[in-house]
Amino acid sequence: MDLFEYQGKELLRRFEVPVPEGRVASSADEAERAAAGLGGKVIVKAQVQVGGRGKAGGIKVADSPQEARAVADQILGMDIKGHVVKRVLVERAGDIKEEYYLSFLVDRSERKFLGMMSAEGGVEIEQVAEENPDAIARVHVDPTIGISDFHARRLVFGAKLNPEARKGAIAMIPKLYRAFVELDASLVEVNPLVLTGDGKVVALDAKVTLDESADYRHSNFAELKSAHEVPEQERLAKSKGLNFIKLDGDVGIIGNGAGLVMSTLDVVKAAGGEPANFLDVGGGAQAEVLSNAIEVITSDPGVKSIFLNIFGGITRGDLVAEGIVDAFGRLDVTIPIVVRLDGTNAEEGRKMLADAPHDMLHSEDTMLGAARRAVELARGGAE
Amino acid sequence: MSILVDNNTKLVVQGLTGREGRFHGLRNRNYGTDLVAGVTPGKGGSDVEGVPVFDTVAEAVTEAGANTSMVFVPPPFAADAILEAYDAAIDTIIAITEGIPAMDMARAVSYIKSDGAMLIGPNCPGVISPGKANVGIIPGEVCEPGPIGLVSRSGTLVYQIVHELSQKHLGQSTCVGIGGDPIPGSDFIDVLAEFNEDDDTELVVMVGEIGGDAEERAAAWVKDHMTKPVVAYIAGFTAPEGKRMGHAGAIISGSKGTASAKAEALEAAGIRVGRNPTEVAELVVEARSS
Repeated sequence: MDLFEYQGKELLRRFEVPVPEGRVASSADEAERAAAGLGGKVIVKAQVQVGGRGKAGGIKVADSPQEARAVADQILGMDIKGHVVKRVLVERAGDIKEEYYLSFLVDRSERKFLGMMSAEGGVEIEQVAEENPDAIARVHVDPTIGISDFHARRLVFGAKLNPEARKGAIAMIPKLYRAFVELDASLVEVNPLVLTGDGKVVALDAKVTLDESADYRHSNFAELKSAHEVPEQERLAKSKGLNFIKLDGDVGIIGNGAGLVMSTLDVVKAAGGEPANFLDVGGGAQAEVLSNAIEVITSDPGVKSIFLNIFGGITRGDLVAEGIVDAFGRLDVTIPIVVRLDGTNAEEGRKMLADAPHDMLHSEDTMLGAARRAVELARGGAE
Repeated sequence: MSILVDNNTKLVVQGLTGREGRFHGLRNRNYGTDLVAGVTPGKGGSDVEGVPVFDTVAEAVTEAGANTSMVFVPPPFAADAILEAYDAAIDTIIAITEGIPAMDMARAVSYIKSDGAMLIGPNCPGVISPGKANVGIIPGEVCEPGPIGLVSRSGTLVYQIVHELSQKHLGQSTCVGIGGDPIPGSDFIDVLAEFNEDDDTELVVMVGEIGGDAEERAAAWVKDHMTKPVVAYIAGFTAPEGKRMGHAGAIISGSKGTASAKAEALEAAGIRVGRNPTEVAELVVEARSS
């Protein structure tokens, strides 16, 4: 789960990472009050989860509460690369002397944590990595040992930070690491990290990604999540325990396991069709989950056929069949569903489907055969 | 031979008394796996269809001679269960559990990696050496014994590809699902290295998917070290750009993580890449007859 800047900063503040004083506002009124409370010059920043908001006009300086109100009014509702701005962060403006980059993340290939720092901040770090890779200092932290002061020194000296910023940065790094670990984050990124005119090192931006697998031990995850908007069909799918992503085509896809579902999209595309969605029922899906999956897909009027591709391991074919039969009984299914069923208890499942024939239910033996059939049926159906 | 699990496997299932642990543990036993024990703290002294249940893995090792563990406990307790197995000197730990926090796995994997124990998973379908032992949730009936090694990030694609291979009577030495988590206990290279040393394996099929750079690193390793032919499959050519990590993620991967980038890297290392699971089996047939 990617957090908004204001959420990330609130969390970092708890770990004593210095962040500018600020308040979140969802109306021009609130922005004006926030600016009045902070006093003096403020920055009004669009809260969207997409890069390049500054260039798009989503970050503006205001010298007075009245001006903060005016710029908040401009920014709220703005569409930045498809993201509509619902909130702004009003922050006390500081005097920025230099901009740096600092992050911690999970390094998959080393199976360790990786800290990165650069004296070239404020720009996209990918660009720095490409044009001047030596400008990025990297240090791996063994999760069983945790951070030690030398890690911080290696980052700061390695990145050749301005000596004026050394002390503040070395103090901040272990705090950011602690936040990374204790929040169950997969990424904490501060870009830019700034050196202010009065010699302080402050996180001017914050990008925090939390590991949703750890939500059971963080009571605040649900609240953080509630600030995020999810399209209606995806929300419905998620509430039913389904991993769903909407696509543009007309062949609905249901499968078990992300790998098989991705492969199913690929073969449907190769057969000349366009997948309408990605839907993974997950491992060990029960009958109800399958039935719900069919409900979610058939609720989209753009879908002309469905390819249901199950290869059971932990998922049992008999329960899949039970779910399909249940869906046909419960819903008015008017589009063809092509079922391909293999694996654990598949024979029982196929028999259950054969015993409950329906005009819209088609069974196929192979994945490629089923893909072709589903594509044909979506086109209006040569049998 | 074969790798990781075989006739010498003495299996303990951590979580044997749970619904899924019981179903799949007994299924593994029916397949022919020597299931010697279950572990559920507090249920020591009971049994599951004649399989003794212990309170600790250490007891399962000393009392029942377990040498391989399958972890089937819920996510909040799974990393601890993995460490317990390692602490009890189990050398092959196969973790099926999905949804273990990455922080927990980072600690567990770093600790275990410090000496030679093998952790497969988590969030994986397990390991099967057809005709010998099945540890996990791979449906044994689709597999048959033979000379092909299989290693896959995706679970259900293990089944699909094995199914395609078996239909062409291309049996398997061992099939390994390494799992799709950010921090897997073993990656492609760990398993390819095992297959490279295994006399029963003639050719290896590796099944990857979008995200990360595990396939790219494996391609480089195969080019430098692998003495046996490798055929690959990558899922996700048409996958939408899903939730992406922040910019920092893209840097360390050193790759875009797309299916095409992976297929290119594999092909550049001399590995043929099938465009669908059926074609993978066809490429295996071609590679063996050439």
